[in-house]
Amino acid sequence: MLNVHDILETIRMIQDECLDIRTITMGISLLDCIDSDIDKACGKVYDKITRSAENLVRTGEDIEKEYGVPIINKRISVTPIAMISASCDSSPVKFAVAMEKAADACGVNLIGGYSALVQKGFSAGDERLIRSIPEALASTSRVCSSVNIGSTKTGINLDACKMMGRIIKECAELTSNNQCFGAAKLVVFCNAVDDNPFMAGAFHGVGEPDCIINVGVSGPGVVRSALTKYPDADIAQISDVIKKTSYKITRVGQLVGVQASERLGVPFGIVDLSLAPTPAVGDSVAHILEEIGLEKCGAFGTTAALALLNDAVKKGGVMACSRIGGLSGAFIPVSEDAGMIEAAECGALRIEKLEAMTAVCSVGLDMIVIPGDTHEDIISGIIADEAAIGMVNTKTTAVRIIPAIGKKEGDVLDWGGLFGRSPVMPVNNYLPSKFINRGGQIPAPLHSLKN
Amino acid sequence: MRAVITVIGKDTVGILAKVSGICLEYNANVIEVTQSVLQDLFAMIMLVDISELNRNYTELSDRMSLLGTELGLHIHTMHEDIFNAMHRI
Repeated sequence: MLNVHDILETIRMIQDECLDIRTITMGISLLDCIDSDIDKACGKVYDKITRSAENLVRTGEDIEKEYGVPIINKRISVTPIAMISASCDSSPVKFAVAMEKAADACGVNLIGGYSALVQKGFSAGDERLIRSIPEALASTSRVCSSVNIGSTKTGINLDACKMMGRIIKECAELTSNNQCFGAAKLVVFCNAVDDNPFMAGAFHGVGEPDCIINVGVSGPGVVRSALTKYPDADIAQISDVIKKTSYKITRVGQLVGVQASERLGVPFGIVDLSLAPTPAVGDSVAHILEEIGLEKCGAFGTTAALALLNDAVKKGGVMACSRIGGLSGAFIPVSEDAGMIEAAECGALRIEKLEAMTAVCSVGLDMIVIPGDTHEDIISGIIADEAAIGMVNTKTTAVRIIPAIGKKEGDVLDWGGLFGRSPVMPVNNYLPSKFINRGGQIPAPLHSLKN
Repeated sequence: MRAVITVIGKDTVGILAKVSGICLEYNANVIEVTQSVLQDLFAMIMLVDISELNRNYTELSDRMSLLGTELGLHIHTMHEDIFNAMHRI
């Protein structure tokens, strides 16, 4: 039987502590849309997406109303377009335009999958797609792109690291009149996952079914609020409180995912057990870390506190849902987290500390703004470092950094909404050029040999 | 199927009557009501059966939200499954 305390707790979580479902993401395979005639292929892509996701937004809204829990985004992820466009001779930008049109028609917020997987080298179509990313992202508003340049099994494709340094810069340059927004829609991964519901890195892996529903939960505000009730608890108790809270948050994700899957007649994939912050007050992962006991996020101790948080989120969530996947853990996007923004502004949080944090959080260097004149080899170096952390620790890492063209340290880029705002953070300007330009493949680590 | 309607806000005359009036209008059977007034803060939780509704459930939810706006109260209409999911193993 329901009791008053439970009911009021749920309502408080939603109303005051920003509990929400961050996204319902429909993964759609486009493998049956391949055609050597690019216009025909784009037509098939548009038809397949609009047919599959026709009712996605309305269903999401119905569930939102019925259960009273906000579902912030409805999104679509598709098969990496490099595979679909490989047999076409012309620029794959037309695919991005078709994706954008389909996203508009379905009413979804974002569509991901303008992607290439090049962790062990470039196959037909990969290089052409990667070179087209800046134009594709500049000429669309909802299309997101990702490139996987390394994995624990394959090592790191250093040629791709080099290329992505240049591409990220071009993305920013082509959208410099729009706060360099292009670069905010591009993620460079190591160990990218096939069922990630979160943008900008979502794509629909080739081993996935034809169509699937994945759900990403949120709720940093709920965790922080739960912790405020235990100001003097020891650290093991803190972990327990986070686990219990994470369980409750994830149960909502499971419920919403099952409902969406039943109503849309599409199999339910996974719940991504994530603490995804927003720039809204009371929805910050940095503030959880500060609640655990840091003066400011970025202080020494941050990595340990984040490791505890990330682990407890998973332990709590794992029992709450039938299948877990995606990135699962705590996100640390700077511009999308009010506490991270404050910490970056006051100098407590630096890129080097963020890099350490990515060894223990769910993803990587995310939504970090750097000076626009940063050398492209430095960006490649940042990507290589981050990929190395992912490769060696058998975890997903990513780089989503935005060179603020024409801006210097201390200036600000402001996108508003979920993307937030961030000060330009200082970068170590010593060059890794010789290393990056050696090219080739960094071999996979010894522990990749599991068989 | 049951839904939980919660009403939180400043106490005024006729809140219970207005909320239950809407339940009648939509043919939602009221099963249980808990109500408390602490100083002038009104909190009511109502469990209603929504299996025989004469209109769409989302319309009922919208109508309750509208009433909340009119009266300056927070009125949430939520399917009971969300509470069961979160608080029962």
